[in-house]
Amino acid sequence: MTTVEEGKRIIITVLGHDRVGIIAGISAILADTQINILDINQTILQGFFTMVMVADITDSTIDIAQLREVLSRKGQEMELQITVQHEDIFRFMHRI
Amino acid sequence: MPFSISKDEVLETVRMLQTENLDIRTITMGINIMDCRAQNGEETGRRIFHKIVQYASQLVKVGDDIEKEYGIPIINKRISVTPVSIIADGFTVDEMVAIGRYLDRAAVEVGVNFIGGFSALVHKGFSRGDRALIEAIPETLATTARVCSSVNVATTKAGINMDAVYQMGEIIKRTAELTADRDGIGCAKLVVFCNAVEDNPFMAGAFHGVGEPECTLNIGISGPGVVLSAVRNHPDDDLGQLANIIKNTAFKITRTGEMVGRIASKRLNVPFGIVDLSLAPTPAIGDSVADILESMGLARVGAHGSTAALAMLNDAIKKGGAMASSYVGGLSGAFIPVSEDQGMINAVVAGALTIDKLEAMTCVCSVGLDMIAIPGDTPAEIISAIIADEAAIGMINRKTTAVRLIPAPGKKVGDWVEFGGLLGHAPVMKVNENSPAQFIRRKGRIPAPIHSLNN
Repeated sequence: MTTVEEGKRIIITVLGHDRVGIIAGISAILADTQINILDINQTILQGFFTMVMVADITDSTIDIAQLREVLSRKGQEMELQITVQHEDIFRFMHRI
Repeated sequence: MPFSISKDEVLETVRMLQTENLDIRTITMGINIMDCRAQNGEETGRRIFHKIVQYASQLVKVGDDIEKEYGIPIINKRISVTPVSIIADGFTVDEMVAIGRYLDRAAVEVGVNFIGGFSALVHKGFSRGDRALIEAIPETLATTARVCSSVNVATTKAGINMDAVYQMGEIIKRTAELTADRDGIGCAKLVVFCNAVEDNPFMAGAFHGVGEPECTLNIGISGPGVVLSAVRNHPDDDLGQLANIIKNTAFKITRTGEMVGRIASKRLNVPFGIVDLSLAPTPAIGDSVADILESMGLARVGAHGSTAALAMLNDAIKKGGAMASSYVGGLSGAFIPVSEDQGMINAVVAGALTIDKLEAMTCVCSVGLDMIAIPGDTPAEIISAIIADEAAIGMINRKTTAVRLIPAPGKKVGDWVEFGGLLGHAPVMKVNENSPAQFIRRKGRIPAPIHSLNN
């Protein structure tokens, strides 16, 4: 795995009912904006889809607030709850 | 460094932010204004205005940027300044009012919703400046929107200044009367303290203490909703286990505050002061300290057992929070304001929660009788006596206590007052009507307590 400068990674979470094209829809947006996916963890439990994605925004063409807006619109369209958070909040909250 | 946070941890954080109202309650910039003294109130006010604008012009923008980038709501950006009675000592009442107006203008200019520090520290006695400032409080709070005022009337080391306690009863009444058309909202911006702290980021009691640096950032965290959800998920645990769960949760909440504080401090190039570990409720459903106490097993907050439940909650929050931050300070405890906590309001309406029980609960929580509406015809002496009781609790127990009462003009027990926004709304509560007037009119000073023979 290529090392990514700290503070340049974001965590995208997706929650909702499973359907065709969730990952494709989100990946397309990330590809369009030059955001590199580093890791995907996805589970489906009784039809409920949960995904946590780690991505690198070093070369992103939009900022994190804009990405949040784009993905949240996509989420509404696909009836999913999509959140975008900076990785620091998870590191601070769960690690000293 | 690889990303080492588990999926469950990620989802927990997301849930806290999305559904449990985790937010940063306030970023408060403390600014020293001692160097703004000039020949008169008008010029001093102008200098204060310019200094605040110079230091805090980026405060709101940086707060908003952090909110957008990190996806953590930052509800309030605020400013506290050195107690005005110190730097304006020797000025007239009118000059004090003029300075208050400049503070208000500065708050509008930089876009903060409250500015604290129209304050006086009179626990042992009054300077001329203290007297003028206190006299200026009613008009200042009636003619400004964002200025907050506080008066410290007692400390554990000095005792209780009963002259000040006597006077504050009248000042609160006058402040309510001057804002009678808005249910006495002026009083919602006025706190009477015992053992006031110098680095409190929360309004209305924030001021920038004389031991503080030139400029500093203090963070007020929040998170009753997060604690509530943690408690609800463990209905069968014993209280020792529950305390541990609350500690874990408080740790996580506080880390968020620590992170935001560090980032804001770096971006504003201002030293990071403290994180205040208080659980601050809002009128939003689910963001209530009362709900936490009820989820611990009380049918209604105010029931017997409420004080014990609050003591455990408060201590667990401090223990968890202290581990999470490099510097903690401020008030650090659970707030139990009535008007700002829907669960407290419900308990009052149901007749479960009285002012006497609230007073008992303040013995173990950090603040005091906060945002409580009482009948408009309550005599000043009774208000003074409530202040004296609260100050005595703080003085003897070596803790901060405060009183923020609203004697709502024209309102009777059972009526409602409406302040809107974060200040919320509240039912008018009954006070004990037996007169303490003779006791209060004695005035003088209650001596500091003995520090040995504790029992």
